[in-house]
Amino acid sequence: MSAREDVLQRVRAALGETGVGTTPAGRVGVAPAPVVVPRAYRVAGADAPGSAAVVEQLVDRLVDYRAHVHHVTDAELPAVVARLLDDLTSRDEDGNGAAGAEGSAAAAPAGATVVVPPGLDPAWLRDLDPAAVRHDSPDAPLTATALDETSAVLTAARVACSETGTIVLDAGPDQGRRAITLVTDVHLCVVRTDQVVQTVPEMIRLLAAHPERPQTWISGPSATSDIELDRVEGVHGPRTLHVLVLAAVAAAVPGA
Amino acid sequence: MSTFLGLPGLRRRDDDHARDDAAAPFGPVPHPDEPLRWGPAFPAAARRTLRDEQLRRNLGHATRTIRAKRAAVVDEVPDWEALRDAGSAVKEQVMANLPALLARLEENVAARGGTVHWARDAAEANAIVTEIARAKGADEVVKVKSMATQEIGLNEHLADHGIAAIETDLAELIVQLADDMPSHILVPAIHRNRTEIRDIFRQRMADAPADLSDVPRELAMAARAHLRRKFLTAKVAVSGANFGVADTGTLAVVESEGNGRMCLTLPETLVTVMGIEKLIPTYTDLEVFAQLLPRSSTGERMNPYTSLWTGVTPGDGPQEFHLILLDNGRTDVLADEVGRSALHCIRCSACLNVCPVYERVGGHAYGSVYPGPIGAILTPQLTASTGGLSGADDVNASLPYASTLCGACYDVCPVKIDIPSILVDLRAREVDADRGRAVDPWRAAMKAASWVMSDGDRFGLAGRAATLGHVLGGRDGVIAKAPPPASAWTRDRDLPAPPRQTFRQWMAEHESSAGTTGTDTHETDGGGR
Amino acid sequence: MRIALAATCIADTLFPGAPRATVRLLERLGHEVVFPRAQACCGQMHVNTGYVAEAVPVIRNHVTTFAPVADGEWDAVVVPSGSCTGSIRHQQAMVCRRAGLDDLAATADAVAARTYELSELLVDVLGVTDVGAWFPHRVTYHPTCHSLRMLGVGDRPERLLRAVEGIDLVELPGAESCCGFGGTFALKNADTSAAMLADKTAAVRSTGAEVVTAGDMSCLLHIGGGLSRQRSGVGTLHLAEVLASTRDEPTPLPRVRSGAGAGTVEVTR
Repeated sequence: MSAREDVLQRVRAALGETGVGTTPAGRVGVAPAPVVVPRAYRVAGADAPGSAAVVEQLVDRLVDYRAHVHHVTDAELPAVVARLLDDLTSRDEDGNGAAGAEGSAAAAPAGATVVVPPGLDPAWLRDLDPAAVRHDSPDAPLTATALDETSAVLTAARVACSETGTIVLDAGPDQGRRAITLVTDVHLCVVRTDQVVQTVPEMIRLLAAHPERPQTWISGPSATSDIELDRVEGVHGPRTLHVLVLAAVAAAVPGA
Repeated sequence: MSTFLGLPGLRRRDDDHARDDAAAPFGPVPHPDEPLRWGPAFPAAARRTLRDEQLRRNLGHATRTIRAKRAAVVDEVPDWEALRDAGSAVKEQVMANLPALLARLEENVAARGGTVHWARDAAEANAIVTEIARAKGADEVVKVKSMATQEIGLNEHLADHGIAAIETDLAELIVQLADDMPSHILVPAIHRNRTEIRDIFRQRMADAPADLSDVPRELAMAARAHLRRKFLTAKVAVSGANFGVADTGTLAVVESEGNGRMCLTLPETLVTVMGIEKLIPTYTDLEVFAQLLPRSSTGERMNPYTSLWTGVTPGDGPQEFHLILLDNGRTDVLADEVGRSALHCIRCSACLNVCPVYERVGGHAYGSVYPGPIGAILTPQLTASTGGLSGADDVNASLPYASTLCGACYDVCPVKIDIPSILVDLRAREVDADRGRAVDPWRAAMKAASWVMSDGDRFGLAGRAATLGHVLGGRDGVIAKAPPPASAWTRDRDLPAPPRQTFRQWMAEHESSAGTTGTDTHETDGGGR
Repeated sequence: MRIALAATCIADTLFPGAPRATVRLLERLGHEVVFPRAQACCGQMHVNTGYVAEAVPVIRNHVTTFAPVADGEWDAVVVPSGSCTGSIRHQQAMVCRRAGLDDLAATADAVAARTYELSELLVDVLGVTDVGAWFPHRVTYHPTCHSLRMLGVGDRPERLLRAVEGIDLVELPGAESCCGFGGTFALKNADTSAAMLADKTAAVRSTGAEVVTAGDMSCLLHIGGGLSRQRSGVGTLHLAEVLASTRDEPTPLPRVRSGAGAGTVEVTR
C-alpha cells in the first residue's frame, strides 16, 4: 500500500470507520459529531474603507511598527520618491558598521538606485534620473545579487488593513515579483487611501478573489524578538519601510 | 568545536542532557535520536533544570514580557471570544472531514504545479527531503523555522547524509550554533540571555565581528550579515507551514524576521513539511486565524511578514515545489476522542508563556521538541504507538503529570484546547496501562482511599483516628519531618498536625445544642496556620 | 434558606475551622445549615490523579448523599472550596457517563446545578457582599486557580473581603499565578512544586500581611506549609474564617511559627 493510501486509511480509522484497519497504535476512534462553525465575529469595521478614520488608524499602526509614513497627493508623489532616494545616498541607514560587512547597498558609491516592477505608474518616476531606475519583471528578472546591490524598491500595494497595520502585495504588475521587495534594503510602498480597510476579514475577503497569487503581508519592517523578547527592527527583510499614503482622488474600488 | 563547521546537528549519543556549567555557557546538548523522547522522566529532568538559576531568571524575564504584550493586544479586540469560538470550531470541522480535505489540498497543489508526497513517519519524510536535495545536487539547504522538521529530526538526518541544514531564524540559529536543543515553540532560545548569545556568536559564528557586544540590535545585524550570502546562493529551501488551505492549495508561513520570505522566494526549489492537521477548509477561514495567531503568539497585532503561495508561480519564486504531508503519530492522536483536540493547536505558544510550571523548569525538562502544556498532551499522544502512555515504562508517560491543572493554558489558547481536561484524561489512560503492574504504591494508596472516601461512616472513623495524631504536632502544632511518601512534602513545607476534633465531631455537638450557635472555643487548628 | 454543607474531606479532617466558620457565618445571616453525615469526598483527588475507576464509588457516595437537593429537600449545597466545587460541576457527571452510569450522571448534574462555592452562594444566591464581619488585620487574598479559572468567581471574594470592617486588604503581587500545590503534583513533582511555592510565599511576605486568605483549604495547606517552614510569622485563614469573624466572636489570628531566622529562610531548590 502506498504511504498516501496508508495515511488516509489511518485517518478514516481514527474517525471511526470500520474495515479500514487501525491507527499505528492499534486504535479505531469514535466518529466526531458534526460541527457548525459559529461566526459571530466582526466581518467589517465600524469605519468605511478609505475613510479618514481608517487611514488615521493605519498610520498610527505603521508608526508603531517604526515605519516612516508620508502623506502625498498625486502631484507630490514623484518629488517625494526622488527625495527619499536622494536621502539614501547621503545617509547610511545603519550606523553600526554591519551594513558594510554585507557588501550591500550601503557600500555602493554614487547615486542610489531603485528597482521598479513593470506595471508601475510611470508618472511616479518622473523626478528620477532614468539611470538610477532598475526595471524588473517575471520575463526579465534581476538576479538576487543585482537586487542586493540596489538601494531601494518602489511598489504599489493591493490592500491595507488598518487595525493590524498590514499592507498586502499580491504580485500584481504594479507590485512585481516577491524578490524585489525582499532583497533590497529600503522599501517605498505606495498605498492609496481607498485601498485601506479596517478589519482582517475585509482584507481577506478582498484577497479571496485571487488566492492563487503569491501574497506577502507586510506589517512594518522585519523584526525579531528572539533575544530576551526585546524587539529589534530590521533583520533579513528591508530594514526601512517608507509608506507613501496617496490621497485617492477618484473613488476607486479596491481590487477592481 | 570552536567555529561553525557547516555541518550542524550531528547527533551525539550521550545520556546527560545537563548544561555543563564548568565549560562555556552553552552546549553541547546532545541531539537525541528521538526528538519527541529524550532525557529522563519529567520530575528528574525538572529537578536538574531547576538548579539553573540563570535559566530561571532568563525564563522569568522573557515570559513576563511576552505575557504582558499578549494581554495588551488581546484586550483591544472586541470580538476575541467569538474568534476563539470560530477558530475552535473550524479546527473541529477540519478533523471531522480530514480525508476529503487532504485529498482536496493535494489536488489543488498538484493543479498549480506542486508535487505532493505523503509520509507515514519521520523516516519517510526525512528520506523524501534528502532525495530531493540530492537530486538538486545541494550540499546545503536553508531552513525556515519549522516545528514539523524539528519533530522528525530532519537536520540531523540531513547531516548524517552529508547535507548541511542551515537554520535561518535567529533563535534557531543561536540554538544550532550552541549545539543546543530548542526550549520553546516560538522563541527556541528563550533560555538564553543576551550575554550568552553574544558568547555563542563570538565563539561559533565564523564571521562574527570580534568586538561584538551584547546589544540585541548588534547581535541581530551580525546574524543578518552571516546569513545574507546563504540566502542569495541557496538552491533548496525547507519550510514548515502554518496553514494549508484545502480549497485553493494555498500554503501560509507566518514569521517576523524575513528569513522565511528569503527561503520561500529565492531558492529554485522549495520543500514544505506539513503535519496533516494543519489544514483549514477555505481561504476565507484565514480571517479567523490571521487574527488569533499573531496576537496569541508574539503579542503583536500582526506579525511583520506572512507569505502565501499556491504551487508554483511562473517567473516568481521557486519553480519547483514539493509538499510533504506528515502523519508521524497524528492519526493516533486523532483516534482519541478526548485527546484529538490537541491537533487543533496552531503552535502559538501562548500556553507555554502563561504556564507556571514551564516558567520555572524551561523547555528542556519536557524532553521533546514540544514543551509546556501543549507538549504535555501532544508528545505522549504522538508517541502512543511506541509507548507514550504505557505507564512506568516510558518517560513520556510522566508528561501528563507535569501540571498543577491551574487552567491558565486553557484561558489563553486561541483555539480553546481544554488542556487540563486532556491532561486528566491522559493520566487515566496511563494509570489503566499500568494496572497490570504487580507492585504500585500509588495504586494501593488510591484504592484504600477510595474505600474510605466512599462512605461517610468509614470516613468519620478514619478522621477520628487521625485526630490521635494531634500530639505529633508538639508545641508548634506542625510536623516538620514525615516518613515517605509524605517526606516529599516535608522537605520544603511543614505539615499541620491533625486537629483535636474533626469537623463532623464538632458539628454533632453543634447540632445537639440545637438552636444555639454552638460552643465554639475558637481553638486553632494546629500547625502551619 | 436550608443549606446543605459539603465540608470537603481535607477540611473535615485537617482544617475543621473552615467549615465551622461556614456554619457560623450562614447561621448568623439567618439560614439553616444541614450537614448530611454520609458525605466524605467529591472524588477530585482520584480523578485528577488518573484513578477514575477508584473515583466512581467516591463520586457515587457524594451524589447520593446530596441528591435530596435536587428534590427540594434543601435550597442549595455550599462548598467552602473552589476546586471541590469545580470537580462537582465539571468532573462528576463526566466520570459517571464514562463508567456507563447515565442515571447517576443525571443526578450528578442536578446536584451540581444547585451546588455553590461559598463566595458564589453569598453574592449570587443570598445577595450579600457585606456580611457584617469585623477583622482588624492586614490580609492578602490568593485567588486559587480553580475558583478563578474553572469556576470564574471573579472578584466576589474580594468584594466580600473589602466589606469587612477594620480589614486592611493588601494586593498580592502575581496573585493569579498558581502556588504549586496541584494535589498529588506536590508529591510527584515536589521540586517544581517547591519552586512555585517559593515564589508564592515571597509574594505573600512582600505584602506585610499577617494573614493570607483563600477559598481553598488545599492551597492554604500548601502556602501555609511553606510560610510555616520559613517561620515567616504569616498565617493562613480560609475566607469563611475571615467572614465569620465579628466583634462578639472574633476569629483569632492563627498560631504560627515565627522568629528563628524569620525573613532569612529561603525555600528554594
